[in-house]
Amino acid sequence: MMGRGEKMEITIKPEMAKKIEIADKIERAKKTQITQITACELGKLIKERKISAVEAMEEQLAAIKKRETDYQCYLTVAEEEALEEAKRVQAGIDSGMYADSPLAGVPIAVKDNICTKGIRTTCASKMLENFIPPYDATVIRRLKEAGMVMIGKVNMDEFAMGSTTETSYFKQTKNPWDITRVPGGSSGGAAAAVAAEEAFLALGSDTGGSIRQPSSFCGVTGLKPTYGTVSRYGLIAYASSLDQIGPIGRDVTDCAALLEAIAGSDPYDSTCVASKTSAYRGALGNDISGMRIGIPNGYLSEGLEEAVKEKILKASEVFEQKGAKVEFFDLPAFTYAIPAYYVIASAEASSNLSRFDGVKYGYRTPEFENLKELYEKTRSEGFGDEVKRRMMIGAFVLSSGYYDAYYNKALKVKAVIKKAFDQAFSNYDMILGPTAPTTAPKLGESLVDPLKMYLGDIYTVSVNLAGLPAISLPCGEDGNGMPVGMQLIGKPFGEKIILQAAYSFEQTRGYKRPFDR
Amino acid sequence: MKLYETVIGLEVHVELATKTKIFCGCTTAFGGAPNTHICPVCTGMPGSLPVLNKKVVEYAMAAGLACGCEITRRTKFDRKNYFYPDLPKAYQVSQLYLPICRDGKIEIETAAGKKEIGIHEIHMEEDAGKLIHDDWDDCTLIDYNRCGVPLIEIVSNPDMRSAEEAVAYLEKLRLILKYIGVSDCKMQEGALRADVNLSVREMGSTEFGTRTEMKNLNSFKAIARAIEGERKRQIEVLEYGKKVIQETRRWDDNKDTSFSMRTKEDAMDYRYFPEPDLVPVEIDEEWLTLIKEKEPELRDAKRKRYQEEYQIPAYDAGILTASKRMADLFEETIQICGKPKEVSNWLMVETMRLLKEAEQDVDDITIPPKKLAALIEMIDQGKINRTVGKEVFEHIFKEDVDPKEYVRRNGLSINQDDGRLREVIQSVIQNNPQSVSDYHSGKKKAIGYLIGQTMFYLKGKADPAKVRMLMEAEL
Amino acid sequence: MIITGETIDYVAALAKIQLSEEERLRAKKDLGEIIGYMERMNELDTTDVEPMSHAFPLSNVFREDEITNGDEREAMLLNAPNQKDGYFVVPKTVE
Repeated sequence: MMGRGEKMEITIKPEMAKKIEIADKIERAKKTQITQITACELGKLIKERKISAVEAMEEQLAAIKKRETDYQCYLTVAEEEALEEAKRVQAGIDSGMYADSPLAGVPIAVKDNICTKGIRTTCASKMLENFIPPYDATVIRRLKEAGMVMIGKVNMDEFAMGSTTETSYFKQTKNPWDITRVPGGSSGGAAAAVAAEEAFLALGSDTGGSIRQPSSFCGVTGLKPTYGTVSRYGLIAYASSLDQIGPIGRDVTDCAALLEAIAGSDPYDSTCVASKTSAYRGALGNDISGMRIGIPNGYLSEGLEEAVKEKILKASEVFEQKGAKVEFFDLPAFTYAIPAYYVIASAEASSNLSRFDGVKYGYRTPEFENLKELYEKTRSEGFGDEVKRRMMIGAFVLSSGYYDAYYNKALKVKAVIKKAFDQAFSNYDMILGPTAPTTAPKLGESLVDPLKMYLGDIYTVSVNLAGLPAISLPCGEDGNGMPVGMQLIGKPFGEKIILQAAYSFEQTRGYKRPFDR
Repeated sequence: MKLYETVIGLEVHVELATKTKIFCGCTTAFGGAPNTHICPVCTGMPGSLPVLNKKVVEYAMAAGLACGCEITRRTKFDRKNYFYPDLPKAYQVSQLYLPICRDGKIEIETAAGKKEIGIHEIHMEEDAGKLIHDDWDDCTLIDYNRCGVPLIEIVSNPDMRSAEEAVAYLEKLRLILKYIGVSDCKMQEGALRADVNLSVREMGSTEFGTRTEMKNLNSFKAIARAIEGERKRQIEVLEYGKKVIQETRRWDDNKDTSFSMRTKEDAMDYRYFPEPDLVPVEIDEEWLTLIKEKEPELRDAKRKRYQEEYQIPAYDAGILTASKRMADLFEETIQICGKPKEVSNWLMVETMRLLKEAEQDVDDITIPPKKLAALIEMIDQGKINRTVGKEVFEHIFKEDVDPKEYVRRNGLSINQDDGRLREVIQSVIQNNPQSVSDYHSGKKKAIGYLIGQTMFYLKGKADPAKVRMLMEAEL
Repeated sequence: MIITGETIDYVAALAKIQLSEEERLRAKKDLGEIIGYMERMNELDTTDVEPMSHAFPLSNVFREDEITNGDEREAMLLNAPNQKDGYFVVPKTVE
């Protein structure tokens, strides 16, 4: 054996070495399951004809069948459509299409508040249990153009209102790291699916932390883009001025690649006019020396779990070791972000969700005497408690006599917060902090006290109010082995900077699977 | 009974003449099978978003300028929230905080003289769908074809004091809007609808009384009757020592009275807030100038100019400018053939007569200016006489015939051959010796009969002046 | 601001939601706490601050007045809970 090995070593030419490396990779992938590699790695293998889009999808569907019972990530697995689409994409790849698309043929999961033509889109609500959108969201069209293949629709908090995915009408998604814990929310199904390798990638939406917080809880990477970067056309609105669709993946590169595919102006969304930037992956480099990073003093004080604080400080050391300059600074206005956020988000939600009245689509109460009853019974039976609560809060803060004290005041607070961030970004390239004050809580603990649950959004909501980009990526585990996420906040349209810093940090710490625990 | 004064303010909704809806690319065409002009945006499908039609802003600006308004340089949309089946999003995108136009005025004229009515504001908004009550199944059917059609709401100050003034205001407003081409204002299609805000107060009082609002009145007659009826009702309420309740009422034109529309449990709290799905509209000097330059001459200016430039009598100028269609036809025709007085005559007399006969509106005139000009030229050149001209005109009016072609095909042109004409005259002289001797004995009038006979034989295709000249020579 | 039972009834009516007595009490407690918490905003001085509805100064986003949509009736009625002859159907509205 030795002799043979020696002989091989002598004769291997560089091209051959590459082939062996690839063969080895596939061999490894087969052993470890193809579903374990990253989306960009899979995309490369598909391009190299090492595996077909159909095979990848079959593997993905098999993994879902195996694990879904435990994790309950999906509301709809569109198996038939997915295999059909994978075939179509493979034919496209074979005929030379998708040359510029690193993710062609890659299976992707989509949060169930993004409209998919012909495929049920429920917002995890009884209200839309049987809703089949007659059109595709712009992001869905972009996925198709990039050759990505949708596996199905993933669970979420009802209408994206919640921080645990427990307000879903249909099922309780479990955290793949510990099935007695929540995956976070509202994009809990998306983050859990990516962590559990039930999807290579996922599209989530983030109104007050709904991509970043579940990414943090599930040990994956999630990016909330600058408001206006990704079209909201077809995203069933929660709070229109705060909602943004963004990528969730197992590493920074995947998030950058997915963002590239979905970003860019859209004639169907008046608030999405950012020109198409296709160079997010190009920004990924290891060198961050000279980068100025600020940590708001308040981010590491009251309410923050010790283990989380420790990991964030460790991360800041890593950045310093890499030559970045880390400083603490004051950002006092951020403590007012939670009340302002809940005023604005609830107000917009109360208006956005009024269209669900049992007339044009969605649930209609079976028995009613008149129009008033049709409305009231439909909405009372069709919506869950958290949604009703926010609609009532929203109605209150906009109601005659209270508008100025609550809604208009919140818009002023928003202006103050925006200004405070603007000032911070005159000194720093980005802001570092925790994504959430804790790691994933146990199932059933959070909904008892809604206000306490809202307070958990302390680090994320100010970013939405100011329209900024932010990424959450894993930076260690707590004493229970649950992942801790750190958040990097960028200046408006400064995605490249935070992606670069995140990528650089990622190089110091390998990806950890929940199954490795 | 005390003496009361009626105080009236009008909110006029006008559908704009854009090709597409305010926030989506659906057609605004009137009619159409139910729900065939709809899409995810105008039916409020989950996830759909509005994108503003630029033309709507330009039409609203033009309307504002024509009504002497200030144009708001930074204008925004707001959501007005309420549940009703004709409103698929359960909010109407409208403007509360920063409407596009403010502080205008228009001048009206009634028997009492001229008066200015203030325009409080003009704002842009979307129309609602149409509800049809199905008595057969005892349910209501919804058609969203009209939903999302762009509207401007023109809110007047409470400056009117009578139904006459209100109608004069509406007529003036309609004329202006049609003139600038932002709306066809067809009331029968609901393109112009008025809500009447009305209160009464004791004569001499400076405080306003409690007002009621009457919704969606769609004819001037109904508006006048509603004002009269509601005025009487409110005075009666006050005379009985009761109070007028501020509410929305529905005018029933058949029963000649108004009814309270909403019950108290329906709190009308619209919870307006800025529409987050739309961005503000900034109107700079350049854009405003562009719209100003496109603004057509309005009626009052036109009427004055016709009198001065073309020496058209005031009355005629009034009729010619009563609609933009008529004024355009007048001006386009004289561009080709000149002769303003002649063109004016054809429009004032024949056109109006034929319109009346056909029970058509001035806006329905389809006569091409080229054809009218050609007709006038033929008469002027003596190719046809006026009687034939009227016949040709009627065919242009009804069938859009080409006048030259028509005259040729029907052999209507005046016989220019003096030889033939002389022959006929000679034969008439021979056959009517009595008239000839009458003429020679001094009864000069007898020539009329002879000319008439000649024209009869020629089937009218001769120039009577020429016949007279030749006849006199022959005699 | 004290959230009373009447406040709850009022906002529930605005939101077109019926509440059971138990839900009403729960809503009173929750909304009381949440709205009370929102009043913390008052600690922040916002004198002379313009309310900000859009985080970025974007304006004049338009579409041209061109027809882009055809007859989509079938697709739009696909999810209707009740339809008749191409119309959406609701109980008789009181006029």
